[in-house]
Amino acid sequence: MDKFLGSSVTKKFVMAIAGLFIILFLLVHLGINFLLLIEDPVPFNSAAHFMASNVVVKVFEVVLMAGFLIHMIWGVVLQIQNWVARPKRYKRTSSSQTSFFSKYMIYLGIIIGVFLFIHFMNFYFVKLGWVEGDHENFYRMANDLFQLPLYIVIYLVSFLFLAFHLHHAFQSAFQTLGLNHNKYTPVIKGIGLIYSIVVPLGFSIIPIVIYFFK
Amino acid sequence: MTKLDAKIPEGPLAEKWTKYKASAKLVNPANKKKLDVIVVGTGLAGAGAASSLGELGYQVKNFCFQDTPRRAHSVAAQGGINATKNYKNDGDSIYRLFYDMIKGGDYRSREANVYRAAEVSNDVIDHFTAMGVPFARDYGGNLDNRSFGGVQVSRTFYAKGQTGQQCLLGTYSSLNRQISQGTVTMYPRREMLELVIINGKTRGIITRNLITGEIERHSAHAVVLATGGYGTIYYLSTLAVNSNPSAAWKAHKKGAFFANPSFIQIHPTSIPQLNEYQSKLTLMSESLRNDGRIWVPKKKDDKRVANDIPEDERDYYLERRYPAFGNLVPRDVASRAAKERCDAGYGVGKTGLAVYLDFRDAIKKQGEKAIEAKYGNLFELCRIITGINPYKDPMHIYPAGHYTMGGLWVDYNLMTTIPGLFSIGESNFSDHGANRLGASALMQASGDGYFILPYTISNYLADDIKTPRISTDNQEFEDAEKSVKERLEKLVSINGTQTATSFHKRLGEIMWNYCGMSRNEEGLKKAKQMLKELKDEFWTDLIIPSDLNDVNQELEKAGRVADYFEVADLMVDDALNRTESCGAHYREESQTPEGEALRDDKNFSYVAAWEYTGELKPYKLHKEELKFVDVEVKERSYK
Amino acid sequence: MKLTLKIWRQKNADAKGKFVTYDFDGASPDMSFLEMLDAMNTKLIKARIDPVAFDHDCREGICGACGMYINGHPHGPGKAITTCHLSMREFKDGDTIYVEPWRAKAFPVVKDLIVDRTAFDKIQIAGGFISTNVGSAPDSHAIPVEKRKADEAFDSAVCIGCGACVAACKNASAMLFVSAKISQLALLPQGRIEATERVQAMVNKMDELGFGNCSNTGACEAECPKEISLVNIARLNREFYFAKIQ
Repeated sequence: MDKFLGSSVTKKFVMAIAGLFIILFLLVHLGINFLLLIEDPVPFNSAAHFMASNVVVKVFEVVLMAGFLIHMIWGVVLQIQNWVARPKRYKRTSSSQTSFFSKYMIYLGIIIGVFLFIHFMNFYFVKLGWVEGDHENFYRMANDLFQLPLYIVIYLVSFLFLAFHLHHAFQSAFQTLGLNHNKYTPVIKGIGLIYSIVVPLGFSIIPIVIYFFK
Repeated sequence: MTKLDAKIPEGPLAEKWTKYKASAKLVNPANKKKLDVIVVGTGLAGAGAASSLGELGYQVKNFCFQDTPRRAHSVAAQGGINATKNYKNDGDSIYRLFYDMIKGGDYRSREANVYRAAEVSNDVIDHFTAMGVPFARDYGGNLDNRSFGGVQVSRTFYAKGQTGQQCLLGTYSSLNRQISQGTVTMYPRREMLELVIINGKTRGIITRNLITGEIERHSAHAVVLATGGYGTIYYLSTLAVNSNPSAAWKAHKKGAFFANPSFIQIHPTSIPQLNEYQSKLTLMSESLRNDGRIWVPKKKDDKRVANDIPEDERDYYLERRYPAFGNLVPRDVASRAAKERCDAGYGVGKTGLAVYLDFRDAIKKQGEKAIEAKYGNLFELCRIITGINPYKDPMHIYPAGHYTMGGLWVDYNLMTTIPGLFSIGESNFSDHGANRLGASALMQASGDGYFILPYTISNYLADDIKTPRISTDNQEFEDAEKSVKERLEKLVSINGTQTATSFHKRLGEIMWNYCGMSRNEEGLKKAKQMLKELKDEFWTDLIIPSDLNDVNQELEKAGRVADYFEVADLMVDDALNRTESCGAHYREESQTPEGEALRDDKNFSYVAAWEYTGELKPYKLHKEELKFVDVEVKERSYK
Repeated sequence: MKLTLKIWRQKNADAKGKFVTYDFDGASPDMSFLEMLDAMNTKLIKARIDPVAFDHDCREGICGACGMYINGHPHGPGKAITTCHLSMREFKDGDTIYVEPWRAKAFPVVKDLIVDRTAFDKIQIAGGFISTNVGSAPDSHAIPVEKRKADEAFDSAVCIGCGACVAACKNASAMLFVSAKISQLALLPQGRIEATERVQAMVNKMDELGFGNCSNTGACEAECPKEISLVNIARLNREFYFAKIQ
């Protein structure tokens, strides 16, 4: 396994790169999602169409999906190795000062993964034609979904966990890439904090607005 | 009678070592591979020797009782390491360092050895730098120096207050390199319990594996002891609590003479004892005396808080007694002066066994920032241990056992009186006379290990190249192993009621009271009797739970304490014999009218090397006369 | 002080260990934690019970021998101290204190609170050195070193190899330890020569010995008695990547 995945440092590097790529993509995704708030379905649908048909985007799509997969597989492998590295646990659990959510990344990741699966079932797999659905009108589909209170709750909880995940992930990725500097790291951490609040919040606002005001 | 021959090369002092190196016998590389050397100890001397012998191509077996060589007690040295680089252009030279050491040692060390130690000091610094030891540097990128221990030049290289740690870790890294290359085999968690001599030559050791309890045999063509000093004889000392002289003592009982055992340095600035359970005294670096002022109240039993005592009611006794050097007098002088004040009833703190080390004036003059930059870590250490904040209140300090100038007698080759047995670093006696100057311990240990022993041991081994690997099936190994096992079984079978540590504490108390900072005939005789009684009690009332074939830390302690009784006895004998005062050895009978130490060069200008003659038999004294050709013997005054 | 001590007892590496509860009322606030254990051990010995075995030596926070996991902290509560410097003032009368050995696959228990840390030595042996022979060094001033870098190298070099970083890390990762050595040698011109080989050799050895992976939780930095910074780990990562792409 290690022969294929590389040393611990290499694995972490791959995790970080994949993670940062996803972080970047989330911004794009959020931008498109905001189009859902417009009454006119055309902008959103054409954006979705563009994302589905443009050649450059197609290439990035493959990379992105690989990123998701790698981030998940590597994450699980690393976690299993980490568990193996301490076969006998402490009786008194650690009260060391840490980056708080760092301790729960795998669990947060799994929950986000489950949401991602639901999300893919609703949209991405429809687009690929693996699942039945109207892939010409994602605008309609999204608006329909956001009328279901249960779906909204799952959605909001998932994004809360995403916020937690990002809170550690953002600065951790930079540290893993070797970018830690007494002067600049506080800036990175600040941006990470803002990102981990603003982006999930942005995603969360959309269903709320749609549910209550549309 | 063995005649002591120091084997000092002929010729002028400054040329002796060069000439020795040029004429020493060599071993060719093919033969080196066939020769085994055992090194016991992994401090600066031991690991330095092991790695440099490994580089030369010898097969080295290196032993330590800790879990890893990086924990040897050299790690705890704080202040610095001397070298005569003269980077400060302040008039330093090899001769100057040599002279300072001879004078500081109160003219009781061997000229040729001391000169050589000063001579190789520059190589030591260069080597450490090349190994990546992060010594302090100035803004120009060059190494920085500070002045240390009351000398007039700045020749001390340092890495904050952790010079020993940095030097040791550098040495540990060079040891690791040899381990990776297969020339050195490391045996951690092993305690040497016996020396094996075959046909008059040292051929191996017996060790106990401290994890499994197994008694093991290890053979070699020569054995090097780098096992440190015996400062823990006082129980409470600045040493690591497991430091011990047992290996050296086993060697002594097999025929290696023990030199100047009573020369033991008491460091003036350690944190005093706080409670009866205390297991160790933490050193506060001597460098603190550069800015701190030492004082006690002028009134006896003054119960006021230090800061409430006005200036004119404070007795800055060092400044009063030694106006020229003030708070910077050498360690022995500062220690005795503190004891004198406390004995007279002026001591401070709960026990009355402490004096103040006050930074009030320094902070006023230089500001808290400047003081923090210099001593921040020490102040923090003081606060952690005692709860006293030295920025506000004066530290409490008191002298504590620190370094042993005495040790196994060695000749110029660093070989003991047993052929093939070498002793380096603190475990030998040769370079510090009756008192060691600050920052010269790291220097001597590294010099011995890296730059001196490799030459002298090759000179010895050159005659042994025809001897094949030594078998451990020899009768001598058999006998040695048997005697080790018998002794361990004897210790566990006593089955009494008192712990080894409790005996060690009582032993330490006797030694501290009667053979510590000041000694007199009556007290020493009394101590001898008390030691005998306590030793008998030990051998009838010791308790060791748990068995031999396991981790058994009580057994380890008991073995060391058993040896300590014998070391203590010899130490007292030596102190009784030397009726003069010199360096750290202060005989109350030999003092000037002002209470200063009074040397007796006519009768005592010699090294006292003691020979073991058998269980309960008196030790036999051999004298190595000290000749001073290159320095004029003077009174050592700091007034 | 009256204390309830719950201490991990394990006869040897192969034995199954368990927690044993000791009620001990002989502690005083001006003892160190180890002195408290000494006092308790004395009581055990007198009752002919095998005393609690633990590693310790200098008792002044520099040798790195001592180390126990006390109430959820390596070296106990308190910042930047080793177990030997942990004062009983940190505890209250009536406290229950859990004392456990370092837990890591790479640090198997030897007995009670003693663990085998030779894995650290093995990592250093893999390359934690500068290859220079005795006698071959140039004058110390032949290569000037920028003060800032020399100071930084020193800050990394103060590691005492106690293993608290591994004990604190939820993944039992040794990255802080390894990165401290990598950093010290990488920052100095003398150490740069072998930097490429060194970082790869040490990281490979670390992986091979069964330490976990670093997930940048920062527990190691928070518990390190010598306050070694996470900056070192980032530097190790950098050094490693550059070594790989060369």
